[in-house]
Amino acid sequence: MRVRRIGAALAAAAALTMGLAACGQGGGAGSGGGAAKGIVDKAKESKKLVIGIKIDQPGLGLRKPDGSFAGFDVDVAKYVAKELGVPESGVEFKEAQSANREAFIKQGQVDMVVATYSITDKRKKEVSFAGPYFITGQDILVRADDNSITDVESLKNKKVCGSQGSASPQRLAEKFGASWASKNLKQVQGYGGCVPLLENKTVDAISTDASILAGYGTQFPGKFKLVGKPFSEEKYGIGIKLEDKAGRDAINKAIEKMFQDGSWKKAIEANFGEFAKNFPNPPTVEKY
Amino acid sequence: MDAVIENLPAILDAFWLTIKLTAISAVISLILGIVLVAMRVSPLPVLRAVGTAYVNGVRNSPLTLIMLFSGLGLGTVMSLKFSDDLSVQDFWLAIIALSLYHASFVCEALRSGINTVPMGQAEAARAIGLTFMQNLRLIILPQALRAVIAPLGSILIALTKNTTVAAAIGVGETALLMKNLFELEGDSVIPIFIGFAIGFLILTLPTGLFFGWLAKRLAVVR
Amino acid sequence: MSAVSTAQRRKSAPARQASVLYDAPGPIARRRNVVLTVVFSLILLGVAYFVVVNMGEKGQLAPEKWKPFTDPSTWTTFILPGMVNTLSAAGVAAVLALVFGAVFGIARLSDHAWIRLPAGAVVEFFRAVPLLHLMFFAQYGASAVLGITVLSFQAVVFGLVLYNGSVLAEIVRAGIRSVPRGQSEAAFGIGLRKSQVMRMILLPQAVTAMMPAIVSQLVVLLKDTALGTIIAYPELVTSGVRELDANFGNLIPAAIVVAILFIIINMALSYLATWFEKRSRRSRKSSAATLGPALAPPAPGMQEQQMTDRTEK
Repeated sequence: MRVRRIGAALAAAAALTMGLAACGQGGGAGSGGGAAKGIVDKAKESKKLVIGIKIDQPGLGLRKPDGSFAGFDVDVAKYVAKELGVPESGVEFKEAQSANREAFIKQGQVDMVVATYSITDKRKKEVSFAGPYFITGQDILVRADDNSITDVESLKNKKVCGSQGSASPQRLAEKFGASWASKNLKQVQGYGGCVPLLENKTVDAISTDASILAGYGTQFPGKFKLVGKPFSEEKYGIGIKLEDKAGRDAINKAIEKMFQDGSWKKAIEANFGEFAKNFPNPPTVEKY
Repeated sequence: MDAVIENLPAILDAFWLTIKLTAISAVISLILGIVLVAMRVSPLPVLRAVGTAYVNGVRNSPLTLIMLFSGLGLGTVMSLKFSDDLSVQDFWLAIIALSLYHASFVCEALRSGINTVPMGQAEAARAIGLTFMQNLRLIILPQALRAVIAPLGSILIALTKNTTVAAAIGVGETALLMKNLFELEGDSVIPIFIGFAIGFLILTLPTGLFFGWLAKRLAVVR
Repeated sequence: MSAVSTAQRRKSAPARQASVLYDAPGPIARRRNVVLTVVFSLILLGVAYFVVVNMGEKGQLAPEKWKPFTDPSTWTTFILPGMVNTLSAAGVAAVLALVFGAVFGIARLSDHAWIRLPAGAVVEFFRAVPLLHLMFFAQYGASAVLGITVLSFQAVVFGLVLYNGSVLAEIVRAGIRSVPRGQSEAAFGIGLRKSQVMRMILLPQAVTAMMPAIVSQLVVLLKDTALGTIIAYPELVTSGVRELDANFGNLIPAAIVVAILFIIINMALSYLATWFEKRSRRSRKSSAATLGPALAPPAPGMQEQQMTDRTEK
């Protein structure tokens, strides 16, 4: 008797878990237009798009106190949406954390991702990339009055901060070795956590994509400067479903138009202020 | 299983770090906990108030935040410096956070232990002229400590597991290592997880058994 | 001095109260206490001064770092949604953990070894594994093994349920055991079946006894949602500290405000636990000994008769 009761309770608990899990899954996502329909058709028909962006990256994708979003990625996303026939009011932004960008696209939780999304061969197997709309590289941010760091080699005797799980600190650890990393590399949660450490001299430099560093530099004018000698190449692309070839072509066209009509440059200047000079020219769109 | 064996040196290093964090923090939080409980039962209202405020504040804050305060607040704002080596620096900042947090639990355990000491003991001690500190040191605490061996064991086990929160300030302990291994060896996630779980079982089960045995052995017969 | 007048003095002058540990202070002791109070107050003020000066020097007291908190949009955009996420993860996890705890707690008391032993193994296993490991496992393990994506919300809830559920299972087991044996013997005596004894006699009395311990474990659960920030769940620490910092560069002030919010919520819950404890100690309805908030189940591997345990974490 009790066995059956316990079994029933277990089943109930399992059902409850699954129900709640399902709730979590559905979490407000306007789940894409189904597998068959591409982003172009969806945009045309519903006049709505769900776009995955970063919400805690000043200069690129940041949620403002009034609930609106600002940043270079956001501007690119809005421009592309407009070219696809979706007005700004039809764009719903959704946070896409680095770890779940591919999954969001595959599951249709977002229609596209514009979130400091580097084009890599590994990712190309899972999602399709339009662009790149931006080329940057791993650079170094230092305090404005610090002239001792001029390139990546001068980090050898310096303390450097990076974000846990990011490729940038990994690259430095491989370059300078494990004992350097243990003594000099600080890995915190997110690059935002590095800024007070740099400001108060716990570390001497933050090293990651120049675009991210420029975002923080713009946020605290006069406090930091960019070394400006990138030692890697990151191509930011717009991620969509792997099979959506028409979508990729349409977005590529929109990006090229953005380069040509001056909107790209305007967006760079609006979001990176004095650091805009580090990103003078738009890249070339790769059609693969 | 291969993934665990291949990475065994790194895993053992991480567990060694866990053991070091646990052992040092345990000693400091025991001492700090005794100081706190002395404050909480002292005749001076100001000390009682501070002790109470400390315990209530710390016990009700998430350890993640205390870790953050230690890493940023002490390390950066207060410029507390232990070493020029960042991993050593973070190690001690993590120990401070763990000690401050668990001291409040030690304090509360001891306080409940003090309540188990019969009135007569303290009254007799006062009658022969012992001062508050003598009373506490010679009569009350030795009995209280013996009464709370088991709860202290639980706090020690919780502390062992809580060392993982040091991940929040970037100390390379077991949780971060496990996450990195998951990313590197995507197809052996389950063996890796089981490996780490067994590691913690090895650390916590004997602690539990030992403190259970000790509690029985040292129990005050009343 | 007679006992009566001592009692009267105690009532009229609480500051001079005696306790187990010290006499009501006489004139010399009082003078010494005043001196010590002044000394300790000065030391504490000194520490506070040192902290404030350092914070000021490092610009942490600058008005622009604190001003955002006077703006309602800071609360409506960042802090309150974060708190809603914290509370919803905690709420869902609490319900599921209670179910888990009830099921496994009762299963561990089963007469059948094939139920009792596996249930015991599950409970001991999940009590020994750190929460962060469980959350990482949920987040990465499921996608690597099953090919499904686990949202950070689900990973947080998964970890919280298994860990706290296991602790609650021990509380449930201890609570049921704390009901005097005579109760179930009498129930069997009047012909009730095993399930009826559990449902009608043991559980109702045990629940009263367990309430304080359960509530204080829920405080632990609520605090542990903060670990969600390490796997990027947008709870109070993520949105109230990290996102706020991304906008205003005020990591430390934001962390202070969020810590205060946590303390307020948890103290309210702890107060509830104390209230439950007082009420059930007064109550004559249950014959089970109340498990205080301080009396959570023993750590893994310990014998359950040592029930003077603190809630873990």
